[in-house]
Amino acid sequence: MSTFKKFFDSGTPWIWINAGAVAISVIMTVGLLLLLAFNGLSHFWPKDIMFANYAQPVNEGEPLRREIVGERVDREHVSAERIISSGIPVSASTPLYERELIKIGNRDLNGSDFTWLLTDYLSDISFPANLTTFERREWGNFYGYVQEVREAGSTVAQSDPLNPNDTRAWEALEQRIERALSIHEQIEDLEKDEIGEVNYALERLRLERRGLELRGTDTPERTGAIDAEEASWEANYEVLQARLAQLYEQIDRDTVVMSAMNAEVTEISISEIVRAFQPNGMHIGNKLVVYGQKLWEFLSDDPREANTEGGIFPAIFGTVTMVLLMSVFVSPFGVVAAVYLREYARQGFITRTIRIAVNNLAGVPSIVYGVFGLGFFIYFLGSEVDQAFYPEALPAPTFGTPGMLWASLTLALLTVPVVIVSTEEGLARIPRSLREGSLALGATKFETLWRVVLPMASPAMMTGLILAVARAAGEVAPLMLVGVVKLAPALPVNGNYPYFHLDQKFMHLGFHIYDVGFQSPNVEAARPLVFATALLLVVVIALLNQLAVSIRNRLREKYKQLDM
Amino acid sequence: MTESNSEYAPVNRSKFKKIDMGKLGSHVQSPSAEDLPSSISVSDLNLYYGAAHALKDVNMTLPRQRVTAFIGPSGCGKSSLLRCFNRMNDLVDGCVIKGSITLDGADIYHRSVDVADLRRRVGMVFQKPNPFPKSIYENVAYGLRIQGINKKRILDESVEKSLQSAALWDEVKDRLHDSALGLSGGQQQRLVIARTVAVEPEVLLLDEPASALDPISTLKIEELINDLKDRYTIIIVTHNMQQAARVSDFTAFMYMGKMIEFDTADNIFTNPAEKQTEDYITGRYG
Repeated sequence: MSTFKKFFDSGTPWIWINAGAVAISVIMTVGLLLLLAFNGLSHFWPKDIMFANYAQPVNEGEPLRREIVGERVDREHVSAERIISSGIPVSASTPLYERELIKIGNRDLNGSDFTWLLTDYLSDISFPANLTTFERREWGNFYGYVQEVREAGSTVAQSDPLNPNDTRAWEALEQRIERALSIHEQIEDLEKDEIGEVNYALERLRLERRGLELRGTDTPERTGAIDAEEASWEANYEVLQARLAQLYEQIDRDTVVMSAMNAEVTEISISEIVRAFQPNGMHIGNKLVVYGQKLWEFLSDDPREANTEGGIFPAIFGTVTMVLLMSVFVSPFGVVAAVYLREYARQGFITRTIRIAVNNLAGVPSIVYGVFGLGFFIYFLGSEVDQAFYPEALPAPTFGTPGMLWASLTLALLTVPVVIVSTEEGLARIPRSLREGSLALGATKFETLWRVVLPMASPAMMTGLILAVARAAGEVAPLMLVGVVKLAPALPVNGNYPYFHLDQKFMHLGFHIYDVGFQSPNVEAARPLVFATALLLVVVIALLNQLAVSIRNRLREKYKQLDM
Repeated sequence: MTESNSEYAPVNRSKFKKIDMGKLGSHVQSPSAEDLPSSISVSDLNLYYGAAHALKDVNMTLPRQRVTAFIGPSGCGKSSLLRCFNRMNDLVDGCVIKGSITLDGADIYHRSVDVADLRRRVGMVFQKPNPFPKSIYENVAYGLRIQGINKKRILDESVEKSLQSAALWDEVKDRLHDSALGLSGGQQQRLVIARTVAVEPEVLLLDEPASALDPISTLKIEELINDLKDRYTIIIVTHNMQQAARVSDFTAFMYMGKMIEFDTADNIFTNPAEKQTEDYITGRYG
C-alpha cells in the first residue's frame, strides 16, 4: 500500500495519464485523416474492370447464367439467413457468405449502377484488355467493348469485341473524343461567358427601363436609347446563338457503338463522353496520369449528375470566399468592440454584464444564428435594401433572399465573441509601462492606442480570427438558412460588373457533404465523394488557418514584447 | 559622501571622482531653492488613492535647470508626487488631488490645460526601460511623429541630436533601424531618455531611472543627468542615497506622504535639520 502511495505521490501516474490523453488525441486525429484520405482518394483510381459469369441459385429450374462487367467496389460477409430471406435459396449449412458490391454502371441500360453478387457463384473471372470505361456527362459510367465508331451515321472504324488485340475502333475513338472535348469547351465558353454577358446586359437594361418607369422619367429618348442598346445586344445574341447551334451540330457528329454485358449493343454520342480509358490494359504510369486528371477534375470542375460526379470547385470557391468575407466583417467589428470594452468603457457592473453576455453568445447554438440571420438580415434588412436600392427588380428580391452577403454576416455575428474575447485578452497583456511611456511623450490616449497598443495586440486579434475562421469554415446549419444551396455553378465573383455578386447563393463544402451523403438518390456512388469532400474541407480549413497563423507569427515577431 | 562608501568606487574610481568631487563640490555655496528662478511649485498638495492619503500638505518650489532628488523609504509618496507633475496620476482610478501645482506660474490642473501638451513639456523616464517594440530610430522619432512631424530631414536631425544628448549615438548609429528590444537594459534606458529629450521638454522627471540597471549603466545614466541639467529642470526619484548625493543639487526627504525636509543636497547629507532625515540617511530606518 505504501509503495502504491509512493508511486502515486511521485507524480508518475499523472505523467502517464497526460501522455496517454495526448497520444489518444493524436491517434484519433491522424486516424480520422487517414480514413478520409484512404476512402476519398482511392475513389479516383482507375480500377480494373472485371468480366465474369454469374449464376446464382434460384428456387425452381436451372440457375440463370449471365455476364457481369464492372468494377469491384466492396465486399462483406452476410449470414445465410439474410440471403435466404432476400429470396436466394442458398444452403443454410454455410453460416456466412461473402458478397461483393460491383459497380456495373450503364444506368441507361440497367437502371442502377451497383449490384451485390455472391462471390461463390462468380466464375470465369477475367480482365480483358479491351474493356472500356466511359465517364459520361449523363447516366454515369459506361462499361463495355468498343465495337464501331461512326461519323455522321457512317462507319469509320470497327473492332471485334472478342479480340482484345483489335484496337482499330479504340484508336479512332480516342481522337474523336479529344475533338468533341475541345468543341465542348468552346460551347461552355460561349454559353458561360459570351451569352452570359448578353443575358446580364439584357437584364440590366430591363431593370433600367423598369427603374425609369418607376420614377416616371421614361421619356421617349431615354427608352429609345435603351431599346437601341437592347436591339444591338439581341443582334449579338442571334449571332452567338447561330454559332452555338453550329457547334452543337459539330459535336453531335460522331457516335460510338458499344457492346455491353450480355451482348447488349447501344449507340452513344461521343459528345456525351468526358473521359474514356481501358484500365485493364494500362500500366501504372498511365493509371497515375488518369488518376491525376480525375483528381484535378474533382478540384477544378463543376459538379455533374446531382453532385455525384464531376468536381466541387464552386463549393471550394464558395467556402473560401465566404470565410474571407466573414473575416473582413468580423475583424474590425470585434476589435473595435473589444477596444471600447477594455480601453474606454468604465469598468463596472455594466461592462461585466456585457462581457458575460458576449461570452455566452459564443455558446448559442449556430442554428439560432441562422434563424436570426434569416429573420433580421434577409427578411428585414434585405427587403429594406431592395425597396431602397433595387425597386426596379421587385417583386423578385435582390438582397431580400438568402445569399453570400447575409451568410457572411451571419457567420461574422456567430464568431464575433471569439474575436472580442481574444482581442480583450491581448489588450490586457500589453504592459502598462508601454502605455505610460507613450502618454508621457505627449501622446493622447487614441494615439497611444493606435501607434503602440493596437499593433502590439495584433497577434491576439489574429488568434481570435484564427478561432473564428476555424469555427466559421466548418459551420453548416445556419448557412442552410441564409444562403447555401445544393447547386450554384455560377461563382459569386466573375467578370461582369460589379464583379462581386454578394446577393448570389453559393455552394459550400460542408453543405455539399450533407447533400451528397444524405440527400443523394445514388448512395453508393456518392459515398466516396463524401470522404473526398470531407478531406477537402479539412484541408481548406487547415490552409485558411495556416494563412492566419503565419500572419500572426510575423506580427508576433515584429511586436515581440519585452520580457518584463 | 566619501569615496570609500561608494558602491562604484571599485568599478571605476576616476569616473566616480569626476562626478562626486567635481560637480558636487561646485555647489557647496549654491543658494537655497527659493532664491533661484522656479520651474515647478507645489502648494498644499494632498493626494488620495481612494481612502488612502498618499501625500499630505506638500509644499515646495523646484528650481529651474537644477537637479532635484526625492529620497525616502518605499511607499513614502515620492513617486506619487513625481507623477503629479505630468498628471500621470490621472490614469489611476480613484485618485483625487487637492492643492495646486504650477509650471512656470500656470496651474497644471486647470481645466483648460491640454494634458498631452503638458506631458510633452514635462517628460518622464520610468523605473524599467520601456522602449516601444519598434526600431531605435522610430522610438526616438515617436514623440515627433505624434506632433505631426514626418519630414525625414527633421526627424533624422532630431534623432541624431537626441541620441547624442543621451550618449547613445556612437553605440547605435550603425543600427538605427534595428529593433530597440535588442539593446541592453542600460542602453534601453538611455534610449528612453533620448526619446524623451527628442520632444524638447522643459522638465525631465526620472522615476528611479537606474534601479533596474547594472552599476556601469547606472554610472552612465548619472553622467548623463549631469550633462542634461544645463538644459532641463531634472527631478529624480531614487532609493539610492549615494546616487542622490552624487547627482542632485537639491534633495527632498519624504516620509509617510509628508515632505520632511527640502534643502540643498549638501545640507541634507551633511547637516540635516530634521532628526528623521538624519536617521534615514545614516541608515537607522528605511
